[in-house]
Amino acid sequence: MKTRYAHGGDEHIFVELDEEMSLEAFFKGLSMANKVRELNIDGVAEVCPANASLQVKFDPDVISPHEMLSKLKEIEYSAEHSDTLDTRIIEIPVYYQDPWTHECLMKFRDRHQDPDCTDLEYAARINGYETVEELIEAHSGSPWFVSMVGFVAGLPWLYQMVERSKQIEVPKYLRPRTDTPKQTIGYGGCFSALYSVRGAGGYQMFGITPMPIYDPRQEVKHLQDFMILAKPGDIVKFRSIQREEYDRILAQVEAREYDPRIRPVKFSLDEFNKDIDGCNKKFLEVLNDD
Amino acid sequence: MTINVKAPGLATTVQDLGRPGHYHIGIPISGGMDRFALRIANMLVGNDEGAAVLECAFLGPELEFTADALVAVTGAELPPKIDGEPQQTWTALEMKAGQVLSFDFLKGGARAYIATSGGIDVPMVLGSRSTYLLGSLGGVEGRTLQAGDTLPVGQPRQQVEPGRSLPSHMRPELPSEVELRMLPDLYWHRITEASQQAFLDDTWKVAPEADRTGFRFRGGRQMEFVPREQPFGAGSDPSNIADACYPYGSIQVPGGTEPIVLHRDAVTGGGYFMLGTVISADMDVIGQLQPNTKAGFVAVDMETALAARRERRLALDAVREELTVQVNL
Repeated sequence: MKTRYAHGGDEHIFVELDEEMSLEAFFKGLSMANKVRELNIDGVAEVCPANASLQVKFDPDVISPHEMLSKLKEIEYSAEHSDTLDTRIIEIPVYYQDPWTHECLMKFRDRHQDPDCTDLEYAARINGYETVEELIEAHSGSPWFVSMVGFVAGLPWLYQMVERSKQIEVPKYLRPRTDTPKQTIGYGGCFSALYSVRGAGGYQMFGITPMPIYDPRQEVKHLQDFMILAKPGDIVKFRSIQREEYDRILAQVEAREYDPRIRPVKFSLDEFNKDIDGCNKKFLEVLNDD
Repeated sequence: MTINVKAPGLATTVQDLGRPGHYHIGIPISGGMDRFALRIANMLVGNDEGAAVLECAFLGPELEFTADALVAVTGAELPPKIDGEPQQTWTALEMKAGQVLSFDFLKGGARAYIATSGGIDVPMVLGSRSTYLLGSLGGVEGRTLQAGDTLPVGQPRQQVEPGRSLPSHMRPELPSEVELRMLPDLYWHRITEASQQAFLDDTWKVAPEADRTGFRFRGGRQMEFVPREQPFGAGSDPSNIADACYPYGSIQVPGGTEPIVLHRDAVTGGGYFMLGTVISADMDVIGQLQPNTKAGFVAVDMETALAARRERRLALDAVREELTVQVNL
């Protein structure tokens, strides 16, 4: 891992913790971001941890770009980069191979690497899975880290918590689509993404969740305190559901009665790297205990 | 007091100075694209500089006032009319209850700011009244204005005289071609030296895909990338990076073909490399560029960027002083 500092014009500093994605790079970025926030530095307007990088926006009339840069370097060298995190695990029900993303993907076959099969069939094949069901099992079997939130309001990027050799990797569409249904579970590079709103998108489409993750009107029960569910550092577990349950959850959401399953957990990068399967098993026990 | 929207214009939204603090969860800063013009529109009618106004692009709305008020139109040269009578831009205009504010055809620039004494009083969302269209947030139900909307207007903060006008030498020029100063950095090293030079030498044109999210430019040469094995997680195209935050003003070039400068409703992050960032002093003018406007990119260093920023600040201070003097006369 090699940190690289760059200026984003006169108002931003961009810190790349590593060129490639890893939980180590993500954790270092998150811990630096937390430190910058704690220090409450005059002039700092936005602190944004991302997958393997970090961005700070500031008012150069209050703190000069050079001062900001030295502050960040100081933080990198002095901060103890905590590798534990008090966080939570959130269950997200997913209807894979649903009719809505299917209808959408059929409209954009001309922008796809393999127009003769669906996004899931393509992803299964290039990742060495015999069937789509096996890919779904892998996608919904282990937890994921929310390593970044953005693009549009409340859209989480998710990083699969398994050994790198087991991670699913899929290229993005050759040309982006002009449409993606709201709450689509997408896949691009090594990341899952959950489209919080309807709109353009380039990720492969795997399925859809009935559970809103963004509600600007704050009417949905679990988004009444804040309009966005996902935070960098959250852990997510997908659960494969069928049409009947999808409809049931949707009705509960609309009746303002749906409560997502969310439990507090403690994550330690050190322990995770020593025993990935054991850690994931523990998280699932916490999630499903009761 | 309220304003009745008789015709919405094209892409008219409520904007103030923006909604900082939520970029890390995907909510961009929003606010007027030409904030210099937005501030002056407010000053002219006696509002706080950051009061909410209407931002309209290319085509003005038609607005019926239900009570007396002052209005001012700044930014683009979009001549206002009151009950059909032509009026001046950059001037405090008196509206009487029942009168209709409409607009003539656009004469220059792209975005006009319409301030009303008291400010547009839609609810604050996360500290701002600005509209963020992609997220259906803020403004009037998170969308552009529609005919039949009723806009609430706040209490005027102070009484100012109609007729106050910003002297023409203080009004920003509306360019027919533009040089955008940029600070090369971020992922500048991903393209070859020859492509770096070509990017700066080429004449670009504003593409039709130019809105509050970003401005696309067309007409320069295809870029060549420095060969590398793509890092894990970045994606297979040489223009991909491990998805990261995009600075406001950053210049991304998907596939190395057409640069996009992100603006106030920026997508906050993604997987395309960025050549650098347009300096803060040159962001307002982007909002005034019409499609097909010729544009060039000029590389500058940090000192130049900060000096240009200082110059903008002094120009705004001069406007403040000018308009304060007029009040005291």
